[in-house]
Amino acid sequence: MSAATSTRIPEGIGTRVRRFTSRRASWIPVFAALGILLALLLAGQAYFGNFLTPRVLSSLLLDNAYLLILAVGMTFVILTAGIDLSVGAVLAFTAIMGARMLSEGVPVVVVIPVMLIGGALIGLLIGVLIQFFDVQPFIASLAGMFAARGLAFLVSLSSIKVEDPAILWLQTKLFNIDGWYLSPTGVIALLVVAAGALVLQFTRFGRTIYAIGGNEQSARLMGLPVVRTKLLAYIICGTCAGLAGVVFTAYQGAGYPLNGIGTELDTIAAVVIGGTLLTGGSGFVLGSMIGVFVYGTIKTAISFLGAEQSWTRITIGALLLVFVVVQRVIVSRSSRR
Amino acid sequence: MTKIFKHRLVLPIAALVALILVNTISRPSFVSITVRDGQLYGSVIDILRNSAPLMLVALGMTIVIATRGIDLSVGALMAVSGAVALTIIDGSGSPDSPATLGIAIAAGVTVTLIFGAWNGFLVSVLGIQPIIATLVLMLAGRGIALLITGGFITTVTSTPYKFMSQGYLLGLPFAFYVSVVAIVLVALIQRRTALGVLTESVGINPEASRLAGVRSRGIVWGAYAVSGLLAGFAGILYSSNIMAADANAAGQYIELDAILAVVLGGTSLMGGKFSIAGTVIGVFTIQTLKSTITFLGVPPAVSPLFMAMVVVIVVLVQSQRVRNGASKLWATVSSRKEAEVAR
Amino acid sequence: MTEDTAVRPIVAMTGITIRFPGVLALDGVDFSLRPGEVHALMGENGAGKSTLIKALTGVYSIDGGSIEVDGEPRSFSTTADAQAAGISTVYQEVNLLPNLSVGENVMLGHEPRRAGRIDWRGVHAEAAEHLSNLGVTIDTRSLLSSHSIALQQLVAISRAMVTDSKVLVLDEPTSSLDRSEVEQLFGVVRDLRDRGVAIIFVSHFLDQVYEISDRITVLRNGKLVGTSAAADLPRGELVSQMLGRVVDEFENISRAADRQVDRTGTPVVSATGLGRRGVLEPADLDVFDGEVVGIAGLLGSGRTELVRLLYGADHADSGRVAVRGSTVRVATPRHAIEHRIAFSSEDRRAEGIIGDLTVAENIVLGIQARRGWLRKVGGSEKETIVSEYMAALGVRPADPSMLVKNLSGGNQQKVLLARWLATAPQLIILDEPTRGIDVGAKADIQRKVTELAADGLAVVFISSELEEVVRLAQRIVVMRDRRKIGELDAHDSSVDDVVAAIAAEAREAVA
Repeated sequence: MSAATSTRIPEGIGTRVRRFTSRRASWIPVFAALGILLALLLAGQAYFGNFLTPRVLSSLLLDNAYLLILAVGMTFVILTAGIDLSVGAVLAFTAIMGARMLSEGVPVVVVIPVMLIGGALIGLLIGVLIQFFDVQPFIASLAGMFAARGLAFLVSLSSIKVEDPAILWLQTKLFNIDGWYLSPTGVIALLVVAAGALVLQFTRFGRTIYAIGGNEQSARLMGLPVVRTKLLAYIICGTCAGLAGVVFTAYQGAGYPLNGIGTELDTIAAVVIGGTLLTGGSGFVLGSMIGVFVYGTIKTAISFLGAEQSWTRITIGALLLVFVVVQRVIVSRSSRR
Repeated sequence: MTKIFKHRLVLPIAALVALILVNTISRPSFVSITVRDGQLYGSVIDILRNSAPLMLVALGMTIVIATRGIDLSVGALMAVSGAVALTIIDGSGSPDSPATLGIAIAAGVTVTLIFGAWNGFLVSVLGIQPIIATLVLMLAGRGIALLITGGFITTVTSTPYKFMSQGYLLGLPFAFYVSVVAIVLVALIQRRTALGVLTESVGINPEASRLAGVRSRGIVWGAYAVSGLLAGFAGILYSSNIMAADANAAGQYIELDAILAVVLGGTSLMGGKFSIAGTVIGVFTIQTLKSTITFLGVPPAVSPLFMAMVVVIVVLVQSQRVRNGASKLWATVSSRKEAEVAR
Repeated sequence: MTEDTAVRPIVAMTGITIRFPGVLALDGVDFSLRPGEVHALMGENGAGKSTLIKALTGVYSIDGGSIEVDGEPRSFSTTADAQAAGISTVYQEVNLLPNLSVGENVMLGHEPRRAGRIDWRGVHAEAAEHLSNLGVTIDTRSLLSSHSIALQQLVAISRAMVTDSKVLVLDEPTSSLDRSEVEQLFGVVRDLRDRGVAIIFVSHFLDQVYEISDRITVLRNGKLVGTSAAADLPRGELVSQMLGRVVDEFENISRAADRQVDRTGTPVVSATGLGRRGVLEPADLDVFDGEVVGIAGLLGSGRTELVRLLYGADHADSGRVAVRGSTVRVATPRHAIEHRIAFSSEDRRAEGIIGDLTVAENIVLGIQARRGWLRKVGGSEKETIVSEYMAALGVRPADPSMLVKNLSGGNQQKVLLARWLATAPQLIILDEPTRGIDVGAKADIQRKVTELAADGLAVVFISSELEEVVRLAQRIVVMRDRRKIGELDAHDSSVDDVVAAIAAEAREAVA
């Protein structure tokens, strides 16, 4: 890219803008989300005066590590033009299952893989219903959500405290760098983001995800492995939900079957605000990360204000609305061409 | 006509009857009805009473689904109407006066009617996918309800308000009459006017309907408005049952139960033909199932697991692949039989 | 047919038969394709062109016959199989991915990789090379959707070349291209042909077919009509082969052309300069009371496009419509219906019937839609209307409570006709009302059209069967290549005159 541009005579701004929009149109919503995030942070600083501190910014990642992991998995599914409503319930199920196993003395090296596999299996169930029985993603993941929520209560009706040092270490160990701090859960979340971004950008599987979201029929006619890829997307989403269960258990120090109610909506909202089109085929894991931070910032700001936490959902709902309407306008404009 | 009616409702009715039979056999008390102070009590009566909010929501959902849509916001809207009504009663000096009651209910359902119309606007005018359009209020609705109640669970004491879900009229629970009135009104409006057939027409073939001059935009818009209105009444009933506006618990998962009831009643999620009678049966099936699960000693919290199984079974029965497989299997079995007979 | 035995065909399809429920889509069709030729596949709707292509590209499996590729018997069960054997297809609606870059669309599934990860520099370099082989230089990193359909088509062809395709199927590639874009595409096609690629070209545009093709195969009603060298097949003969010369079973319906229509007054509906960019060049159309105006032209000639703009089904970007002399706004079907214009679409199933509703409900739908939902057409009123029109049109079976999707095509068409006649229109537009229906129903509909016109109704009648148009119409509008090219007085025109008009060499295209 740099080689191509350096051989040319300096171009006008107009040409550059045009080339940028023709190449990177799908990044524009991500920048919009980034703009919103920065505006929120600056407004918070202007209003509160003590908002842009390493402490607040660090907690943005630490308090939302589980949501970030969920958002990465959800991005895969939404990119294929699907949806997964089960993630909140799967998080609750794997968390309570892990807590129960730990309380019964199962070693943590067994528990964590089991939690991940539990999530993956529910993802597989949803994928199979969608792919082989033509069930709408929304209904199939609904079944997955019901199943996971029921299983969670089957494991335990009440909260189970986790005392395993390894799990607790994930959240309590804080690496402190000049007032910024980072816990292993935060590291895990960032690693998941990086892995998600790399897979989507640099593997054939990742590109097939985008292809399916662009036009499933075309992807099939182009000879791409549509069935396998879609199944894998749901499995990844389920596995991420299992991993989020691990992180959430560490965060709460306990498993509770009522955890994560409504989390699927927060996740979807964060992904959409991060610039991923719900119609599939366009969006980025990095955008979803920004979406999660927008969500976290709103939450923090509202608690700074001492206002009702219910404002978080209202604000997120309003932002979601704005993004959905704008997306709709963009899509109808491009299809009119 | 009777043939179609049979075909469409035979499975739902069979499922409900089977469920009732299983219950009756395993606990004869299920069907027993006792009379106390001229009022009827018993499991069946409980089902009739407790199903009222779901009934209202499912009726609205039926019409929305008939237009090829879905309304995920109904549970959140229930929370909103309950919050509005109870806040008004809580703030009024005379919580027992009919005027307060009337104002509270009217305000509650008006707000949800407006929200429903908003959903309809997003879907029919802006052309946003129904799942996404209604997701917005599903997300924000509970926040709004919490805001109205100031973040608390508003509790009130108002005898007439309480009467709506817990009172009896002529021996039967008042809430049951609310269900019946809603069913009759929706059925009359859909079937006595041309609304029902125009709705089906839009759901079956939107393009052909447009070319035939059907005002599909208005029909779709109206469906969401009605769904919002009915969800509002359901929210009133729910809050009257617990005499509290609980913004988090009100209507939790009811959108899913309602969709399930509609599908159980034989209305396809692909839109088009809908059956009010089917939805009524579907609602009773779900309510009976919940009662059964409770009776079996399963904690109510685990009941979603059973619901998941029902969802999977229902969608598999409706799936083309399973149907093809079953008919093929049937064909091979019967041809083998024929071959044996021939031999 | 003189087969050149010196060249072994790359594709030899013999006796291909494909059955769909209730339909024989292809009936023993033979087709052969040589390396380095452009072979046009022609036929009207339902002739079997796309079925034949789908049999070759692995979308449909065949019920009879055999396919040989490069001398080897093959059967493809997926498009990926066919692609692996060197057969690629570029569809009319460009089956690419608008959300990805040009380079990725060319290379997807064949990306060069380094250490397990996609080498993006390599992807774009290879894509640029494939594109430049076709004489295309564009920024391969730009999004596909930022380019015209014409360029997207070239991208699709480049993609086919990545897999070294020996056979390239172009399915109506030119239907949304302008003149210069067609020239560019044809340049690429000629270049590929000279490199030995065999090309199947499907198009409705006669000028283009003669410009590019070496041989022409014509299908009709699922059967092979014949294969000839393009140079040996006169245009008129080609049109006749495509449209067929049905033996006239309808002698009993007297020729309507001789009936005199009073064209001195104000037309019922008059369209002036009605057009839409890329769809239809501005055209005029007047229809008078009691007149049947036929529109003749091949599929894609603009015949359907014209009436859809007139009805408001699609949005016209030029021209105006006047009803009985006063200009009116027709932007949606509802506007048209308010001016008592009715339209029955050529696609009965997708745009006509409401399949899961009953015959009676379908018939009253038009009236009901006009009245609004509050005043239901019900009870005895509905019964009267339904029985009157079912009897008048002879709908069989005469059971108003049957679901309309269970009726035969001809009876569905009668139900649609009933729906519109019940709204008492002053102009009715019938687009291919007799396509794919049985002879009896066809005769019924033709008779009804004649009767209605005699009673004063204005009719616009479109059909691929020119006999029908010539017999029913008093005036014939001839269309070709998205333009109205003239009008004929049916009184002194024969089918041959119409064929000649359609097939006439296009005058130099005006830019």
